[in-house]
Amino acid sequence: MAGRLLTYMPKNTWIHRLSGVSKMLFFLLWSITGMLTYDTRILLLMLVISLVIFRVSKTEWKQVGTVFMFILLFLCLNLFAVWLFSPNQGTEIYGTKTVLIKITGNHNITAEQLFYEFNIMLKYFTVTPVVLMFIVTTNPSEFAASLNRLGISYNVGYAIAIALRYIPDVQSDFTKIRHAQEARGIEMSDKASIPSRIKNMSAIIFPLLFSSLDRIDVVSNAMELRGFGKNKKRTWYMGKRLEKNDYITIGFALIFMIAALAITFADGSRFWNPFG
Amino acid sequence: MEKKFGIRDVVAIGIGTALFVVLTNVQIPVGFIPNTALQTRVPVLAFFAAIFGPVVGGAIGLIGHALGDALFYGSVWWSWVFPDALFGLAVGLFVKQYKVREGGFGGKQIALFNVVQVVANAVAWIVLAPVLDILIYAEPANKVFAQGAIACILNVIITAILGTLLLVAYSKVGAKSESLSKED
Repeated sequence: MAGRLLTYMPKNTWIHRLSGVSKMLFFLLWSITGMLTYDTRILLLMLVISLVIFRVSKTEWKQVGTVFMFILLFLCLNLFAVWLFSPNQGTEIYGTKTVLIKITGNHNITAEQLFYEFNIMLKYFTVTPVVLMFIVTTNPSEFAASLNRLGISYNVGYAIAIALRYIPDVQSDFTKIRHAQEARGIEMSDKASIPSRIKNMSAIIFPLLFSSLDRIDVVSNAMELRGFGKNKKRTWYMGKRLEKNDYITIGFALIFMIAALAITFADGSRFWNPFG
Repeated sequence: MEKKFGIRDVVAIGIGTALFVVLTNVQIPVGFIPNTALQTRVPVLAFFAAIFGPVVGGAIGLIGHALGDALFYGSVWWSWVFPDALFGLAVGLFVKQYKVREGGFGGKQIALFNVVQVVANAVAWIVLAPVLDILIYAEPANKVFAQGAIACILNVIITAILGTLLLVAYSKVGAKSESLSKED
């Protein structure tokens, strides 16, 4: 369970050297573009750029492989569900109907549907490499520090820093509590029925939640003793100034977004129709 | 009694988010509809919202869901992030009425908490999530509404059971240490 979580891995590439803020802005602008457009040409271009970025960040397959397979599984299920619920969504969008394989009644496979689902798939895949890249190349402390530099209240930066800092701790608490409860004979596997699994799950959640509440007290007392929140500003050990590459990255994402949206909506629709 | 945004709230958002993210993976899958399962993190979110209020609840929902998606699935489903934020926010709005801290989380408060969580879940998952799914991903309406309705039902069930139990337990334990009030 712990092995699947993505983590930051220090390396020396120009992507690692970028400020966390520029990577987050890039990621946000990139996902907004990916969300708004349904233009296949732009999605394909985005996919290529994502893969190049992924390559440049020297991320290895073993860092992200399991997560990637998991996404793929979800995606297949999702695509199947889309077809199951609405086999003619593609026809509604693109206006034509080209049946490729006849199955039964309304549930046929049409070229339009395949194309539409191919676009859904692209939409997921354009964002995924960028998210993976963001997680594995950004130092959490540096990220919190540079959020503050952007003018965001340091309370927000600190909340995120604490979250990132304590995920591994809470995870190990969880594992310990689970092992302890399993040692006491609580069945956690698929063999138990759903009501009894909820009951067993609460045997883990209760101690985990109460130990987390204790942790909140300990951490907030410690911060209070050190005078957290007294001044309007604070300095950061891990803070990084935005450099030339950061401005280039942010600029590129902005220009790309504007251009992509301009091309997408040039014909008044977010879809690109190869059938008409 | 409620003070302005303080240190405790910052830390509660941080640790609450960490807990929410860890529990992302702790769920009982339902299988037949993708991305849908009995999620243990939902009652925990409701718990934090009911104790620390709307800002903390909304922030944990927003940051926790986005971060959890990113860390576990390497992708962020924004159309499902915002409903969780809305849910945390909505449950947190009635923080004063639950009286959990004061040890008064009894029959009436339990009823109120459950009414609020049912309404909040319904708005978040039957209205907001499908609408965002349609706007962002242009997914077929009947599929996303079915998905949303199932997510809503599952969340309501798990929050009604686990969320209520957690709050009752905390209200009993926490009461002793929090029952002193400042005299005016």
